[in-house]
Amino acid sequence: MENLKRLFSYFFVRGLLLFLTVVVAIYLIIIIANMGGYMDKIKESEIMEQVYNTVRGNPALQRLSPSELKAILDKQIEIAKRQAGLDKPFFPWRSLEYLARGITLNFGRAEQMTSDSGSNQVRLILVERLPHTLLLWGVADLLVFFVSVFLALALSRRYGSLVDRLSVALAPVSTPPIWFYGILLILLFASALRVLPYGGFVDAPPPPTTLGYALSVAKHMVLPVLSVFIALIFSSLYSWRTFFLIYSSEDYVEMAKAKGLSSRAIERRYILRPTLPPIVTSFSMMMISLWMGGIVTETVFAWPGLGRLLYDAIQHVDTPVIVGSNVIYGYLLAITVLLLDFAYAALDPRVRLGGTRRS
Amino acid sequence: MGFKGVLAELRYHPSAVIGLVIISLLLVMSIYAVIKIPYSEAVRLWRAGEVVWLENPRNAAPKWYNWFGAGLPETIKIETSRAEKAEEALGEGTRRVTYRLSFDFLYKRFPQELAIFFTPTYSKTPPQVVLSWRTPDGREIPLGTRTLRGEERYVLSGDSNLLRRLGRAPEESLFADPANPAQALRGRYELVLEVYTFEPGADLSAKLIVYGRVYGWAGTDHLRRDLSIGLLWGAPVAVAFGFTAAVGIALIQFILSGIGTWFGGVMDIFIDRLTELRMILPLLPILILVGMLWSRSIWVILATLLMFGCLGGQKNYRAMFLQAREAPYIEAAKAYGAGNFRIVFRYLLPRLIPVLIPGFVLAIPDYVFLEASLAVLGIGDPILPTWGKIINDAYSMGAQFKGLYYWLLEPAGLLMITGLGFAMIGFTLDRIFNPRLRSL
Repeated sequence: MENLKRLFSYFFVRGLLLFLTVVVAIYLIIIIANMGGYMDKIKESEIMEQVYNTVRGNPALQRLSPSELKAILDKQIEIAKRQAGLDKPFFPWRSLEYLARGITLNFGRAEQMTSDSGSNQVRLILVERLPHTLLLWGVADLLVFFVSVFLALALSRRYGSLVDRLSVALAPVSTPPIWFYGILLILLFASALRVLPYGGFVDAPPPPTTLGYALSVAKHMVLPVLSVFIALIFSSLYSWRTFFLIYSSEDYVEMAKAKGLSSRAIERRYILRPTLPPIVTSFSMMMISLWMGGIVTETVFAWPGLGRLLYDAIQHVDTPVIVGSNVIYGYLLAITVLLLDFAYAALDPRVRLGGTRRS
Repeated sequence: MGFKGVLAELRYHPSAVIGLVIISLLLVMSIYAVIKIPYSEAVRLWRAGEVVWLENPRNAAPKWYNWFGAGLPETIKIETSRAEKAEEALGEGTRRVTYRLSFDFLYKRFPQELAIFFTPTYSKTPPQVVLSWRTPDGREIPLGTRTLRGEERYVLSGDSNLLRRLGRAPEESLFADPANPAQALRGRYELVLEVYTFEPGADLSAKLIVYGRVYGWAGTDHLRRDLSIGLLWGAPVAVAFGFTAAVGIALIQFILSGIGTWFGGVMDIFIDRLTELRMILPLLPILILVGMLWSRSIWVILATLLMFGCLGGQKNYRAMFLQAREAPYIEAAKAYGAGNFRIVFRYLLPRLIPVLIPGFVLAIPDYVFLEASLAVLGIGDPILPTWGKIINDAYSMGAQFKGLYYWLLEPAGLLMITGLGFAMIGFTLDRIFNPRLRSL
């Protein structure tokens, strides 16, 4: 009971701290995305110009004296500004208002961008792009993750063999980012060989049958997935191999070997089990990174995902979309970090929360 | 292990030797670029627009394409000052000067463009010129008459009258082999200029440029710029940016982690919070925002990166410091009464520097590629040439569709080699400095 209470208070404090961190992060993003309030000044001058034009264009107001006209203009501008919510200063009021809306996931309407179905709700725009990003990065990251973990486990058992040394020597291949290999693969397979598309999500016009559609999407996914694979596999392999090597030189593994256990049993029970927490961490961090998508990679491949959306939003200076995308990312990250703490406590018997005595 | 010891150790790792060679070459290239083309000159050449490069062909491949039998024509320039000249007075102050600009054209492919640069000198009545073209097989094609009031660049390829009269792009029809119109006729061509001047002292000099399809060792881009300048200057920019960012950020985070763990308490909690804040803030979107909204200058981006680095330390540095804090020699320092800052900066940080070095060498290419990533998104530096900017130019101008592979592959290759060089050294250093890996 005492333990449970301590556990609960630990996670409460930890959750609170993480939440505060997310709030600060969101506030920073809001300030940067609004250029510290400068965006409001731009909007203000746009509103003023609009009002001037409508008032000047109104024949009924043409005969008024300049001072009367000015009074009308001022009033109209006042109303328009209040409508747009610009009557309060950015610091601190409007920025805090944005913050409150961001924290409560109330992103409102985009300023310029729309979803393909024509809505300007930020939520709908994000939801529409999400499946594309999940599909591409889910497939690519899972492929890299599982291939590298299992290959690394195998390599760590064959330490010093030719394959092992080769995989270590190839680790620097992972230095260039994904988009870099993307461009090279596009040059090779799309420009020179003309066997795969340059980019995009599906053929235009999209094939009518479901199977045709799926095949077309798969064809468009080959190059992006391949570039993710090439760019990440070797460094991933290298770090997992080192990791497993360190764990497989532990005394208890030697002990298990001495007992004459099969290498499969050793791998499963004595290497994978204690290394599970870091594996889970890396896996969940990878899953969160799905949210941002690869901004550059999706842009290079014209893939209509969240990364591309974020890039477009920044280009249009569409603040609500930028903030919305980042807020969700921050929340996902914070929640995952918290859940990982739980997972660690559950998976690793050595990690026990603050000062629990083992008898 | 001292610096010399590390160097000696590196010799036994072939990949590190290759990496060192690559980085030395890169440094030589950077120094050469900065000395050969001073900063202001590089910026002028790269950013002044097409005017600087009028005599270069557009999107020309590098010269070494021809070593592999591409058979692409080179650019030919002939000036009247060096040409065969015949002068004749026609009375009443009128003179006729005939120049024969002849050149050998020995390629099957057509040239890319044809242009004549005229520079007239006169006070009242401008000179006139009658142009005609002679092919190797003796045909003569009149190209019309021009009056030259000022300096002029007459682009034959862009003259719609000429195109209509010849029925085909001038740079093709003037060179086409009558027997096989898809190929150029090889041999000696001649452009005849009959210059009429109407005043004493009036003159006209001209230069014919037969634009080829190859240029220099690197080729040219859509603005006729010599890519070699951008590629050369990309090296110092990349090295300076990557090195400053990597060293700066690593040091800042290292010191912050050290201070946090040493002082503990509120300081540690504060720095640890900052670290978590940095983990939640997405770096690339913030850099894109800064680039879009404030400034695209590479130095502003660098400053933003460094500021970002100031947000907290590194979780793994922290773990190492926590261990090192308990070491007996720290105990000894405390015992003889060393101050907090003396302990942190004289004993704690230097002890862990070796751990820092592999990570920082490995981080250099990451920042080089980060700059390239921003450039590929169109947020490259507006003044300096960088490799990423060249890739961006090529990609946005459709080099991948037009088959202008050199344009993409040259900067990409340099980036790749740079990245590999640093990574090879970094991975080897990791093995040397990380004793746990070494014993394996």
